[in-house]
Amino acid sequence: MNFWNDPINFIANWLTGLLTGWGLAAGLATVLVYLVGITVLIVFAMLLDIGLVWVERKVVARFQDRLGPNRVGPFGLIQPFADIIKLVIKEDITPANADKVIYNIAPVLAATSVIALWAILPLSSRIFGVDLNVALLYLVATGALGTLAIIMGGWASNNKYALLGAFRMVANMVSYEIPMVVTLLIPTILADSMSVIGITEAQRGLWFAVLSPLGAVIFLISAIAELGRSPFDLTEAESELTAGFNVEYSGMKFGWFYASELLHAFTFGGFAAVLFFGGYGGFFGLEKALPWLTNPFIEAAVFIAKAMLGYWVIMWLKYSMPRVRIDHMLAFNWKFLVPLSLVLLAVTATLHKILIVLPGWQYALGMFFSNVVIVAATIEVLRDYGRKQRKAAEELAPQAQL
Amino acid sequence: MHNEWLYIGLFLIIGIIVPIVPLLLARFISPHKPNQIKQSTYECGIETVGESWVQFKAQYYIFALVFLVFDVETVFLFPWALSLNQLPLFVVLEGILFIGILVAGLVYVWRKGMLEWV
Repeated sequence: MNFWNDPINFIANWLTGLLTGWGLAAGLATVLVYLVGITVLIVFAMLLDIGLVWVERKVVARFQDRLGPNRVGPFGLIQPFADIIKLVIKEDITPANADKVIYNIAPVLAATSVIALWAILPLSSRIFGVDLNVALLYLVATGALGTLAIIMGGWASNNKYALLGAFRMVANMVSYEIPMVVTLLIPTILADSMSVIGITEAQRGLWFAVLSPLGAVIFLISAIAELGRSPFDLTEAESELTAGFNVEYSGMKFGWFYASELLHAFTFGGFAAVLFFGGYGGFFGLEKALPWLTNPFIEAAVFIAKAMLGYWVIMWLKYSMPRVRIDHMLAFNWKFLVPLSLVLLAVTATLHKILIVLPGWQYALGMFFSNVVIVAATIEVLRDYGRKQRKAAEELAPQAQL
Repeated sequence: MHNEWLYIGLFLIIGIIVPIVPLLLARFISPHKPNQIKQSTYECGIETVGESWVQFKAQYYIFALVFLVFDVETVFLFPWALSLNQLPLFVVLEGILFIGILVAGLVYVWRKGMLEWV
């Protein structure tokens, strides 16, 4: 074992040896090593978050045919640091009518709910926080913390805009959690594991996005809704609610809501990569010919690139789509995504059980075509529904003219 | 292994401390000059009428109720999905029967008109 093959364990062993050599108890040394590792990981996540602010501003500028930040430092790279200094030295205004305790806890909880996800995010096969065997349940549980932070912020502000934004957001998030949890079951079935490392290793040969493209799409849609990003950003709806749940927040407290939103989007890009796009690996067996691809640093670079691509897709959708109305959004979820994801789950489970005995390529082909059939059937049902609606409208139309 | 959960516990503690640090820093170095108008509730220039902690639309509650039923039941599907390879086909189909019951519940809610935004 050397640094290049297994950096985390190498440093951890060295540090544990050093600390026990100083006469510390083994248990205490483990806790201290964990604390160092956790701090490094979280600091890395925070630095990445600062980078994401720059990426976000630069990319949205390109989408809107502007240049974006380009004055402070080369390509405006120092701009996010200037933003942070501004946020920290800004006066923190707490409304007199607010519920102070909950008002102050909410931004911290929003940030914690995102940071907690980094504990299970596998940057590479050797660089990760912890490989929980119930990682997907942990993912769902920490996602619920984010919802809690938003309703706390909206309620405690004692502002009507904030309260409306929080209600909408919670209705949005709890609704879209159903298709998300159901699509989380699909990688579980395909990989026969709930640990993120297990799921990634199962995709060494073939991505789950090939076996279940529909599952990947449903996961992406419900993840965007969970993030509360446009086209599902009803909580912010600046034209009707000014800024939604965080309207009363200023300074660094607002900063945490903003930073956690960006980091959340990136983290979900990462989880989409882990669950459906091979995570840090997934080179389609290429690593047998090119063994250097399994180097932890190369894997981490691949993972970050895939997560960044997922983040970019989320941004792309955000800046291309108009906002959806809340009744449309909930109807889309309950009347379309939930039934579709349940059908997909039933079909995937049955076919997986039946086809698993076949050779690999026949299994893959069968899974893929089952998805194609489901999509075709869905489109046919929607088309039929559309025809009926049009017919009904045409029958009504002459009366309307009278 | 219990060490994993020790790691998660420590991670959550540090994850709470890290966001608090800049907030404390901001408390010390940012100006603090409150006055009554500055601290009033924001509402596009007009003064707020009454409290905002009022009774709200019951529709949100119904969606929360439907969600609760579905979320609890999907959690039951995780052990089933995880042990799918060890189970006989019969048990797999029983799991699908369970999904069918979920769908029946959804159809019931739908037919009752609870998914319409009123």
